[in-house]
Amino acid sequence: MSKKITIEPVTRVEGHGKVTIHMDDNGNISQSRLHIVEFRGFERFVQGRPYWEAPVLVQRLCGICPVSHHLAAAKALDVIVGAGTGHGLTPTGEKMRRLMHYGQFFQSHALHFFHLSAPDFLFGIDGDPAIRNIIGIALTRPELAVQGVMMRKFGQEIIRATAGKKIHGTGAIPGGINKHLTIEERDEFLKGADPLNADKMVAWAQEALEFFKAYYVANKAFIDDFAYFPSNHLSLVRKDGALDLYHGVLRAVDADGKKILNDIDYQEYTNYIEEEVRSWSYMKFPYLKAYGKEKGWYRVGPLARLNTADFIPTPLAQKEFESYKSLTGGKPNNHCMLMHYARLIETLHAAEMIRELLNDPDLLEGELVAKGTKQKEGVGLIEAPRGTLFHHYRINDHDQIEMANLIVSTTNNNEPMNRSVNHVAKSVMTGKEVITEGMMNAVEVAIRAYDPCLSCATHALGNMPLEITLVDKNDQVIDRKRSFEG
Amino acid sequence: MANLIKFKIDGRECMAEAGTYIVEAARQNGIFIPTLCNMKGLHPKGACRICTVRINGRLMTSCTTPVTDGIEIESESADITELRKSIIELLFVSGNHFCPSCEKSGNCELQALGYLYQMMVPRYPYDFPLKDVDASSPKIIKDQNRCILCKRCIKSIKDENGRSFFAFHSRGNHLEVVLDEELAANMTDELAELAMNNCPVGSILVKEKGFATPIGKRKFDNQPIGSEIEG
Repeated sequence: MSKKITIEPVTRVEGHGKVTIHMDDNGNISQSRLHIVEFRGFERFVQGRPYWEAPVLVQRLCGICPVSHHLAAAKALDVIVGAGTGHGLTPTGEKMRRLMHYGQFFQSHALHFFHLSAPDFLFGIDGDPAIRNIIGIALTRPELAVQGVMMRKFGQEIIRATAGKKIHGTGAIPGGINKHLTIEERDEFLKGADPLNADKMVAWAQEALEFFKAYYVANKAFIDDFAYFPSNHLSLVRKDGALDLYHGVLRAVDADGKKILNDIDYQEYTNYIEEEVRSWSYMKFPYLKAYGKEKGWYRVGPLARLNTADFIPTPLAQKEFESYKSLTGGKPNNHCMLMHYARLIETLHAAEMIRELLNDPDLLEGELVAKGTKQKEGVGLIEAPRGTLFHHYRINDHDQIEMANLIVSTTNNNEPMNRSVNHVAKSVMTGKEVITEGMMNAVEVAIRAYDPCLSCATHALGNMPLEITLVDKNDQVIDRKRSFEG
Repeated sequence: MANLIKFKIDGRECMAEAGTYIVEAARQNGIFIPTLCNMKGLHPKGACRICTVRINGRLMTSCTTPVTDGIEIESESADITELRKSIIELLFVSGNHFCPSCEKSGNCELQALGYLYQMMVPRYPYDFPLKDVDASSPKIIKDQNRCILCKRCIKSIKDENGRSFFAFHSRGNHLEVVLDEELAANMTDELAELAMNNCPVGSILVKEKGFATPIGKRKFDNQPIGSEIEG
């Protein structure tokens, strides 16, 4: 008998979503989908507001990585106020924003690894769900839990010092930044009491990497096979091909590493990228125009960034990058679970960048804002922790926003997340009459690897619980499992 | 300092010149009584009622009532505090005040009073009125969503001929403060700045200056409203 399995809500990701898996009469998986079921409307209600309000207003999309939205919006407005992109800002403006961004990266990646994903590694994908969470980690590996919490704290303090608040600050303004770093703040971050200093954060980022590498060695066959599929990859890269999380040109490579979007200026992204709407999800499906809907979809995020970048411009992360690239002979890595590996290399890079920037005197003094000839339209792209984030605004003659378009990182990963769900569903559920909690979690593990922020992507609210329902071909529910009560 | 008289506020002995309005006399004696429509230098109107005090059992607006010899003024009793808090809450629900994205946040007197009177949860239903944003002036934006109709701008922002840049328009529920288009075309930067500073909320904004002051350096970031008077 055919069935439909629904996982609702998906847990340990940000936002609300559900998964449906259709099983035919022979027990084969015929279709799997990640549905994003709720909707927010920032693109609409920012209309009519003064343009300089956007970085502060739109960042309220998210409480996990508001800095990414704050900075992407500010970058778009840099164009509008005539400061241009990248080095158009003053050295202080750009470096303070970068420091804020790396602080954000560091805390967000630490959150994902320690709080959301590590429970799967420590207790197993089919481990007891009662302890397969951050509380379980705190009880069994308290030193790891403390490390996760303190790494987040360090990143959040960096954000506070640069944006004014740990969450939803106001630091980035059109054309620059509104404050310097004080000497006291700098010294605290560089030489603060253990563990809250930059050296310790670098060391802990290295330890987290070693933790995952050991897990990889012990589970290589499983990790290599889990939700593996070839795809295109897209991200910003610095003009010389270096990994750059704050600014660069847009590059995409195919599964073999061939450049299919060759370092374009992102102000022209609409010439290269389109979004498709499908009736069953509030999240759109972006793709590269030149390759069409079927072949033009791509992945973003840590995996994609380490596939598009030629090198990492900090020594410790570069060393790890070389070892990571050797796993695939220098070719793009298409292993879904190695997204965790890539994420931890980026965490180390962020820690190194924070340490390097803190020693830069431009943070302490210098002009804060640059402006030039005003423009009517601007695009701001940034590499958010979860991938490439697009903000696009157009203003009217009275400085009010009349059009806003956001392509959020998780939206870019919509198609690959759906494919990952399908891949895992096929491998663990085919022919199974009863769906176990472990099978459900395997599907969630695949989604979780992308560190999706569904609330950002669809503008849905709240936590993200998951439910799986098994239905027959007539949509009659046969079995349902929920990861929450209610 | 001729003609000094004695009076009491909440039992505290005070002195001021006879005829001084209570709100100002309190200020001179280091006592803060909140105001929204009233502002130093402007003729008082008693419109917003936030400065309400009790004298001889009667509620009076302290911005329009002069001190007299020997009067005893009640300002911080529980019921008056509750009344002021209600006025603040009603102002919040009758407009569209979204502090999280408002550039006046941290410099806003209404918000500061909300904190001072510990407005924690909404007790009245939100009106969510449909309001316009007038951004047509070259220097300032008039956001009607946040206007509390205090008239400070009407009374204080004038050109060299005494003509006001702002005026009341329409009546009843439709009453709003509008900007004179012709005068606004020639508004100086100084007047635009003054208009924004005099506005107790975020209804008048100087264009392209938003969020230039970092969190921590804004007027009410480090001390509550009134502490400049009470020390």
